Amino acid sequence: MQMHQKDLVGIESLSAQEITLILDTADKMAEVSRRPLKKVPALRGKMVVNLFFENSTRTRSSFEIAEKRLSADTLNFSASTSSLQKGESLVDTVLNLERMQPDCYVMRHGSPGACQLIRPFTKAVLINAGDGAHEHPTQALLDAHTIRQKKGGFRGLEVLIAGDIAHSRVVRSNIFLLTKMGAKVTLCGPATMLPPHLDSLGVRVTSDFDRALEGKDVVMMLRIQLERQRKGLFPSLLEYYKYFGLTEERLKRADKDVIVMHPGPINRGVEMASEVADGPYSVILDQVENGVSVRMAILYLLLGGGDDEASH
Amino acid sequence: MKRKKLFDAAGIQRSLGRLALEVAERLHGCQDVVLIGIHRRGVPLARRVAKALEKAENIVLPVGALDINLYRDDFSSVGTAPVLRGTQVEFPIEGKTVILVDDVLFTGRTIRAALDALVDIGRPARVQLAVLVDRGHRELPIQADYVGLSLSTRREDHVELRLKEIDGEDSLILESPESGAGKRGKR
Repeated sequence: MQMHQKDLVGIESLSAQEITLILDTADKMAEVSRRPLKKVPALRGKMVVNLFFENSTRTRSSFEIAEKRLSADTLNFSASTSSLQKGESLVDTVLNLERMQPDCYVMRHGSPGACQLIRPFTKAVLINAGDGAHEHPTQALLDAHTIRQKKGGFRGLEVLIAGDIAHSRVVRSNIFLLTKMGAKVTLCGPATMLPPHLDSLGVRVTSDFDRALEGKDVVMMLRIQLERQRKGLFPSLLEYYKYFGLTEERLKRADKDVIVMHPGPINRGVEMASEVADGPYSVILDQVENGVSVRMAILYLLLGGGDDEASH
Repeated sequence: MKRKKLFDAAGIQRSLGRLALEVAERLHGCQDVVLIGIHRRGVPLARRVAKALEKAENIVLPVGALDINLYRDDFSSVGTAPVLRGTQVEFPIEGKTVILVDDVLFTGRTIRAALDALVDIGRPARVQLAVLVDRGHRELPIQADYVGLSLSTRREDHVELRLKEIDGEDSLILESPESGAGKRGKR
């Protein structure tokens, strides 16, 4: 089994076998992070550029830790301190960086398709760390890794994703991934945050949160960008919480072994009650830990090519 | 390709039994000894050596598994990343005698990687190497302490050990290119 593509731009183009390979590899990577000496030489001498045009603390740190645990050299390039401030275009930035001989770019960008845009201008491997509202494949993979750890698999699993569906790149990657792996996905949110034609992706859509919760094995809450309220997508945070906030009481409608997930950072008292976030069903911090293993797995699988046959 | 079966299940079990006895004799009592197999086929072999020692000498040794794929020196060559099997060493190796177990000793590069992997998880008092087959052609100054069977091979030959636990049967097979075919072995 192997990866059939050079880059990780989205989940949409991955096969179920490739997803399983990534998760299996992530399982093995966890052992490295638990050692007193948390480093292996697998990517020694490889250079990874973390190209972040949008603010991101957790995704960027998670990638950076993964790169360092595999001994890659890292260069952090963030929009606020870079030549982009001076008006350089994305392609020009890449053309310049290209002469530093990077082996991989990990890129976060506000525009969907940013990876495809720079693809012709680099020989390096591209990993999408979030492009606009398009995809965020490593988040979906770390979510899947957490689900598989807790539930053993995906087939027939009832998954509810609730919140700001329209503006979430996490949700798109998760729909592709979960439906490919055989889970049943329901989306729930205020009508103003549900884009049309979602059912064409093979998911159920509703605005009735209480009914949507019934019997669910996995409940994934999405972050509400507080500035959306100002745009009038919902009347007030309190009202949002009243209809779409996950409380302990509401959670009782789900399966008794339900797990609660959130990509972070959480708005306590908006998407969910603190008692839920810190409660026994929450796997939110496991997601953070799994993020490092999954990113190590992806870096290893895309950059760690070697001779397939062991030479004894 | 000429395929020749050198050993069947009985032959493999016999040389493993001999190897286990040699370990018991050299490390009398096997105080503070642990066995660590190198994925893939070194792992079932390590378990078998442990079983043989238990049966013959009533000695019970901990058995671990080492994945060396994150320590290989041939990553720059083209190809895909090898499938990880994971390292499972659930006991401390500090101050222990570690016996690394592998199936076929050839260039020595796997063992070099295994030594790197091992020192990252602890500092053993000493490390020894047990292999079922030594087929020569070393590229590094590495040798085994315990050898089940020494084979004289040509460099382009292919030695394949098949084990019940992984391949469904026990056998040792020597594959050699037809003479004059001129095809150089990949290994």
